[in-house]
Amino acid sequence: MNAVLLSADLPYWAISLLRVLGGLVAVLLPAGTVVYLFLFKMLSFMQSRLGPMEAGPYGSMQLFAEVGKWLQKEDIVPASAQPEARIFKMAPLIVLASTFLLVVVVPFGPDAWFTNFETGIFYALAVSSVSVLGILIAGWSSANKYSLLGGLRAAGQLVAYELPMVLAVIGVVIQAGTMNLQEIVVAQNAGSMFGWDGLGNPYVLTQFVAFLIFMISVQAELSQTPFDMPIAESELVSGYMTEYSGFRFLIFFIGEFATAGVFAMIASVLFLGGWGVPFSWFGWTTIDSIDNWMNVAGPLILFAKMMALVFFIMWIRFSSPRLREDQLQRFAWKVLIPISLVNIMLTAVLKVAF
Amino acid sequence: MAKPKVPGMFKGLGVTFATLLATAKNGADTVQYPHEKETPPIRARGVIALHEGNCTSCMLCVRSCPDWCIYIEGHKELAPPRRAGGAARKVNKLDRFDIDYALCMYCGICVEVCPFDALFWSPEYEYSETRIADLLHDKSKLGEWMQTVPEAPELEAGAEKKGKK
Amino acid sequence: MTMLGDRQQLAYIAAQAADARVNVELETEGMTLNIGPQHPATHGTLRIIARLDGEQVVWAEPSAGYMHRGYEKLTEVRTFPQVTALVNRIDWLGSFANEVPFILAAEKLMGVEAPSRAQHIRTILFELSRIANVSLFLGDLGVQLGAITPVFFAFRDREYVLNLIEAATGGRFHPNFDRIGGLKDDLPAGFIDETRVVMKKLRTFCDQIEDLLFGNEIFQARTRGIGVIPKDVALSYGLSGANLRASGVDWDLRRDQDIPMAWNKTEFKVITHPDGDSFARCWVRLQEVRESTKIVDQLLDTIPAGPVMAKVPKIIKVPEGEAWVSTENPLGEMGYYVVSQGDQGPFRVKIRSASFNNISIVPWLLKGVYVPDIITILASLYFILGDIDR
Repeated sequence: MNAVLLSADLPYWAISLLRVLGGLVAVLLPAGTVVYLFLFKMLSFMQSRLGPMEAGPYGSMQLFAEVGKWLQKEDIVPASAQPEARIFKMAPLIVLASTFLLVVVVPFGPDAWFTNFETGIFYALAVSSVSVLGILIAGWSSANKYSLLGGLRAAGQLVAYELPMVLAVIGVVIQAGTMNLQEIVVAQNAGSMFGWDGLGNPYVLTQFVAFLIFMISVQAELSQTPFDMPIAESELVSGYMTEYSGFRFLIFFIGEFATAGVFAMIASVLFLGGWGVPFSWFGWTTIDSIDNWMNVAGPLILFAKMMALVFFIMWIRFSSPRLREDQLQRFAWKVLIPISLVNIMLTAVLKVAF
Repeated sequence: MAKPKVPGMFKGLGVTFATLLATAKNGADTVQYPHEKETPPIRARGVIALHEGNCTSCMLCVRSCPDWCIYIEGHKELAPPRRAGGAARKVNKLDRFDIDYALCMYCGICVEVCPFDALFWSPEYEYSETRIADLLHDKSKLGEWMQTVPEAPELEAGAEKKGKK
Repeated sequence: MTMLGDRQQLAYIAAQAADARVNVELETEGMTLNIGPQHPATHGTLRIIARLDGEQVVWAEPSAGYMHRGYEKLTEVRTFPQVTALVNRIDWLGSFANEVPFILAAEKLMGVEAPSRAQHIRTILFELSRIANVSLFLGDLGVQLGAITPVFFAFRDREYVLNLIEAATGGRFHPNFDRIGGLKDDLPAGFIDETRVVMKKLRTFCDQIEDLLFGNEIFQARTRGIGVIPKDVALSYGLSGANLRASGVDWDLRRDQDIPMAWNKTEFKVITHPDGDSFARCWVRLQEVRESTKIVDQLLDTIPAGPVMAKVPKIIKVPEGEAWVSTENPLGEMGYYVVSQGDQGPFRVKIRSASFNNISIVPWLLKGVYVPDIITILASLYFILGDIDR
């Protein structure tokens, strides 16, 4: 089981280059697909219109047109933001960097991964919070009251929802007995439910509560609609993004949807069996016995699962109004966190019992 | 807020999903404008067309226009007599009839006030310009629009027929 | 605090003292937030100056006039037909409804009354413009609260209504269809059947909005108990329309006054709600759209035959006198006080537009609310800038 995609014969720089390219693909491809498929098309269809139709067949090239438009625009730094121009310019990059750091630990196939951390999920949850920094910086350095309010709201919200997310993940970690994302995938697909292994043991069934909490937290973490007060077009006029234009806005935009994609990937790794199919279908038992073609099929399977999850994220985003800041906090602290704590307790008890 | 949240939210999700399916099945409610066009109703006030022969440059429309967007200049001319041997007629010859569509607010008072049926509404709407000054249209352009003027529509049952256009 | 018992009062004082101590320690600076003139929540160019403490409003004041177009002054130098074209533009979403009270006032001065067919058609178009206006409110409400889909439904279904108005009057937004003594023209053939179909669609739209927004628990959490206007306050600030009815005042000029319109020939419920909060205001409007579709349906059945124009001279000179007519417009009570001195145009017109009075309650209402609730409250008060600034 050493027939890896990245053959060991390649020099270090080539492997690094491949990884960087792979990372770009892993971040930008889901982001582009999510934007086109959901933001342009699904949203339009839900509002009984067709969405972009002019650029390319069915408007499929629209995103490139938009990117081209944004790149042409002037990179404006407002006069009152001039004293802090450097960090004003840096903020979107921090947000996007967090997305790239996040995708590093996602396994795409038995051997297709960027790094295989032992504490992968711990790392993922840690770096996902880096984007808060970027948003806070953006909101503050814009020197705009609306942006400031947006940034502060974002910080409060993201910190509040980090906690239920972590607690929801703990249930999975207890059940899998590992924090390595690759091993969590294997544990789900090699597992069995009551002796029947036709479906493996996807944790969405056993950890359904944790799955719900995780998805709600993801919704909040991405500031999608029921929880989109940091952006809140109608009150804060896009909050921390107000003063950005041109490619810096583009980076925020990519960051938003790429993070949606990456979080959906992590959720599908944690709860839906990630890149794998139930191992019993092909008679595999361990990760070493998996056929090589899974390295190609795995990413596609993961991509499909990610799309299914993003569909739900976006569906909710398109059909519900937004909560108020204090209601959101109350919901996190009084509902989600107690439930997830109970969930952890039950999981631990059951884990010991079985 | 926690428990009873589910039903109401799911109803909303159902509405959007049903619309998604309906759009996929029956097509959208929107119109892909440059490729397909809706026909405006007959009475639609799209643009004012001028029947130049009817205009006597009486200036009624100019005076009744709320924002003074009609410009008329004319002079008197002698026309050949109607019958042989008669006296030459004095007619008002129209030199200039301009409507500034950048100012016009499409109220239709000029069309209504015209005593000689020289002005008509046409549903034509595709005459946008890139420069605002180009929206000042002269009488030849206004005359071209005469071809797009439709017949007045049939009236609803119970209406009293009137003689006027 | 007089109602509190001794122990409670002591506890209250202690709590206040503790609060004061905290405030001294963590002294925060207030912030003045300008909401508008360019802000998506103000539907135009209304400016709301809000003094914030954190996210809480300490003091707020609306500053209107950024879009003042001087209509009251303009009417003095325009003839009556021209004024009709102008008043279309006051509340631009329900513009036919703006013409009606003005024309009625002029007719009152002239001593003419429109034929009953004209009255019927006027009422139908009036209700259609109410539907067009309020259905857009229902969609816009969603946008203000962060739901993006309802507004597209609203635009879709308002389009059907606007098509009807355009087919009948020739103008989608600015019909300019009323004349002193009746209407410019009769309805085109097919209008009645088409309207029946559209009214069905509108009722479906109301159901959709109810499922999408009003049933949603997040929407209820955002609007219930927010921006409560008690009955007496609503009356004393001169609120009208749905804002007043949502505070439990059973007041509707369509039913309560005798004007030459066809409402008294129909049966409809005046919707009221006892709560007076944002939810009540939105709910009352939603139900009013339903009620309006029913009014239109009834009027379509009973539309009499006959002329649509009374005998009036071609050049209208309104005799000397003063008249006040107000009607229940989509936004509330809209009235015109027309003074004529026997000329072709009015001598002076005082326009009482509903939104101007409705937003006068904003300083009272916004005190102590959070920034997101400003938007909810403004959205639920439902003003149109043209109606405020005229």
